[in-house]
Amino acid sequence: MSTDFFILMKQELIITVIIFILLLLKIGTDLSNETFMNLTNGLLLLNLVAGFVGNRSGMLFDDMFFTNPLIVLEKNILSLGTLIVSLQSADWLKKHEHVPEFYVLLLCTLLGMFFMISAGNLLLFYVGLELSGIPVAALANFDLAKKKSSEAAMKFIISSAFASGLLLFGISLVYGATGTLTFSELATHINAAPLLIFAFVLLLAGFGFKISVVPFHLWTADVYEGAPVAVTSWLSVISKGSVLFVFVSVLYTVFKPLASTWYNMLFVLSVLTILTGNLFAMRQNNLKRFLAFSSIAQIGFILVGITGSSQLASASVVYFVLVYVFSNLAAFGVVALVSAVTGREQVSDYKGFYKTNPVLSWVLTIALFSLAGVPPTAGFFGKFFLLLSGAEKGNYLLITIAALNMILSFYYYLRIVKAIFMDTNEQPIERLHIPVYPRLAMIICVTGIIVTGLAGYVYDYIHSLSIGL
Amino acid sequence: MPLSILIILPLLTAIALLLCNGLKPVRLVALSGSVIQLIVAAGVLFAYWQQRAAGNTAAMLLEEDHVWFTPLNIHYHIGVDGISIAMILLTAFVTVAGILVSWSMEKLNKEFFFLLVLLSLGAYGFFISLDLFTLFFFLEVAVIPKFLLIGIWGSGRKEYSAMKLALMLMGGSALVFVGLAGIYFNTQTAGGTHTFDLLQIAQLPIPGEVQKIFFPFAFIGFGIFTALFPFHTWVPDGHSSAPTAASMFLAGISMKLGGYGCLRIALLMPDAAQYYSWIIILLATIAIIYGAFATMMQTDLKYINAYSSVSHCGFVLLGIGMFTKTAIMGAVMQMVSHGLMTALFFAAIGMLYNRTHTRQVAQLGGLLKVMPFIATVFVIAGLCSLGLPGLSGFAAEVTVFMGAWEKADTLYRVATILACVSIVVTAVYILRAMGKVIMGPLQVEGGTAIALTDAGWNEKVAAGLLIIGIVAIGMAPFWLTALINQ
Repeated sequence: MSTDFFILMKQELIITVIIFILLLLKIGTDLSNETFMNLTNGLLLLNLVAGFVGNRSGMLFDDMFFTNPLIVLEKNILSLGTLIVSLQSADWLKKHEHVPEFYVLLLCTLLGMFFMISAGNLLLFYVGLELSGIPVAALANFDLAKKKSSEAAMKFIISSAFASGLLLFGISLVYGATGTLTFSELATHINAAPLLIFAFVLLLAGFGFKISVVPFHLWTADVYEGAPVAVTSWLSVISKGSVLFVFVSVLYTVFKPLASTWYNMLFVLSVLTILTGNLFAMRQNNLKRFLAFSSIAQIGFILVGITGSSQLASASVVYFVLVYVFSNLAAFGVVALVSAVTGREQVSDYKGFYKTNPVLSWVLTIALFSLAGVPPTAGFFGKFFLLLSGAEKGNYLLITIAALNMILSFYYYLRIVKAIFMDTNEQPIERLHIPVYPRLAMIICVTGIIVTGLAGYVYDYIHSLSIGL
Repeated sequence: MPLSILIILPLLTAIALLLCNGLKPVRLVALSGSVIQLIVAAGVLFAYWQQRAAGNTAAMLLEEDHVWFTPLNIHYHIGVDGISIAMILLTAFVTVAGILVSWSMEKLNKEFFFLLVLLSLGAYGFFISLDLFTLFFFLEVAVIPKFLLIGIWGSGRKEYSAMKLALMLMGGSALVFVGLAGIYFNTQTAGGTHTFDLLQIAQLPIPGEVQKIFFPFAFIGFGIFTALFPFHTWVPDGHSSAPTAASMFLAGISMKLGGYGCLRIALLMPDAAQYYSWIIILLATIAIIYGAFATMMQTDLKYINAYSSVSHCGFVLLGIGMFTKTAIMGAVMQMVSHGLMTALFFAAIGMLYNRTHTRQVAQLGGLLKVMPFIATVFVIAGLCSLGLPGLSGFAAEVTVFMGAWEKADTLYRVATILACVSIVVTAVYILRAMGKVIMGPLQVEGGTAIALTDAGWNEKVAAGLLIIGIVAIGMAPFWLTALINQ
């Protein structure tokens, strides 16, 4: 029993230990920012490596907590994303006065996500979700001198609380109707009774808020714009990715009996989400807002994939999140660096970027191509598999809409590429020095973008772990 | 010799280009890469002939098959038949010529050659793919370089043209994707799995209803790439804004991706191809006639060639729409012939433009007197375009017409006659433009310019290569028809 506890909860325990180390260091020593970041990055790397060895499937605490190879992989993807975000924020953090707090808060959210993914019970799921949400509000406020930053934090906490309220209401209705909160028991109790469908809609809305599905997306752009870039990238990739993992597994296991109901709901939501995200992304001039809306559109594509309801679909979603971690973080890495040094975040600032910063330009371009789904980047494979799984049920209307929407998304990604390569600028962003950590992060991301797609076994591996409806 | 070399070699060239700096090493690497590629392409041709002569009657030769994504049964499956070899040779010729005419590219030369090589990589991969996924992959690989080539090195309204081209081609790929997904999920191999494999799908009967639904998606999708009316509007803008080498690639290779794709799709879903043939023929005839008349109104040399490309690619679609053996052979010949001819034409226009800095027919005159070589190239390209016997255009178009005439239906006959008539219009605009630019009193915008130089060695070699191709097909079409027929 005791060894079970240490092995199955290994990843959670490591993160907890790291949090405590950081807290003690903060209280007991007077390390410089530099040393502190080196240490944290080292610990995060250790955490990532440790995630790959000595894993086992199993349950703990009366099915409250469970883990299996897919969950371990999902947690590793999140750990990897955390490491990249941490590397990227080095340039911004080194002048900040609260570095330890930043990392402690960040790792608390990561811990919350881990619990959420491993949850076998709606209660633990809820606790994990809150743990992964509340610290983010504090993080969004981390540009302490900027008004927009605290505005973003306020908006996030309010909308997040509202979403949690909906979720909690949904959970209580589920409990009222079935008398249990354990996933394994719920699956047999759920049926198409109106009360349960209502509960499901509430849960769906709660999830929708977290991953910014239209019409629950309104907080996204403002929070993304106001929050520091590191937090924005965290929110858009890690936060959403973790909720997506749970969303898929909850839909495919707990709400399996309602499959035909949620299929239609997701159909409508995905079309709405893609279209809204695309149309708004076209008009954005702030790069962070732009990435916010483009991420909404990406979520729409993921929903298309989820409708497939097969092993193919769930594998494609996990795979796409992995690809998305690399692509979006590569894009945010460049934006973060430019923003940290020059404070410029407008699309028009990037005109003539190639003349002064060819390397950064290529990184950003490759990232944008991957987001747009252009081969040979991994984004192409991710989108292809998502849409293919969307087509599996024979809903060709849906994938035609989605495929045609690729044109719209292509337009706005190319708009940035055009600004970088083709436009001229009186005052281009000056030549930037790329410090070691961000450089490392970019190398990881670009390698990931190229290798994840072309090397077929990554997808094969994820597929072998996934389950369908 | 493994066929993958055709993909690996451009990849290596591209990587080598990234490591070079300065115009001289860059262009040397690009040229040597493409020349070796040309030799390899010729090697593939001989290997193919050898195997055929040895009595190998498989549909595809030199096959290579590796699993890429196991769960989806996606393979990296390549191989060639006569049609793909013809297209590979075309690509190799145009690539060498394109690199030669950009010999003195000053602006961002490393990136320029890198993108050119990447574009050719996409084309090679596309033409040898036997798996629909791989096919689609390479089709899209070739889109982005076009966007960047036009947008960065182009002239005129380059950003607009680049964006229009990229979005329309992306739309084409989106439709192709839906078509492919439909084919994938509606066919099952004996083992119960779905497949993207062209050869395996060709063995399976695709239900007629399925064909009728998904054929239009795939065909229109590929059609956009080859200027299917009314989706041809990217062609004039894209071609005329692009830098010379990119124009050559676009018209010479890139539009052929679409034609080749249409052909493969039609062969894969023959029932639907027959069922929709009247629409295809209608659209192709409109493109032929409309393209020809639109060309008459153009005053810019590049626009003239771009619109005439719409008209000429109409013949490809006409041949596919007729769906007789001869007509299809004609369509393939027309693809090769048009690829060489239009690349030559754009090369000549580029050479003129580099020296005179204008492409307006009205501002040019009597250039034969100062640039005999370039002017002659220009004449050869023009004559090929209007279908002079002895050059490739004639052989290809006649084959299409012969094939088309095999269909004894009124609609088909009328379409054939109309298409034939368009040749007269072609003659009008070609001869008129040529007479003005080449003959008459020497004139360049703003007075006479005696200081204009004739072609340099690189331009001569580039033009010479393409002319050899044109004449070889025009004088002795039998080797090409034999190749395609096998």
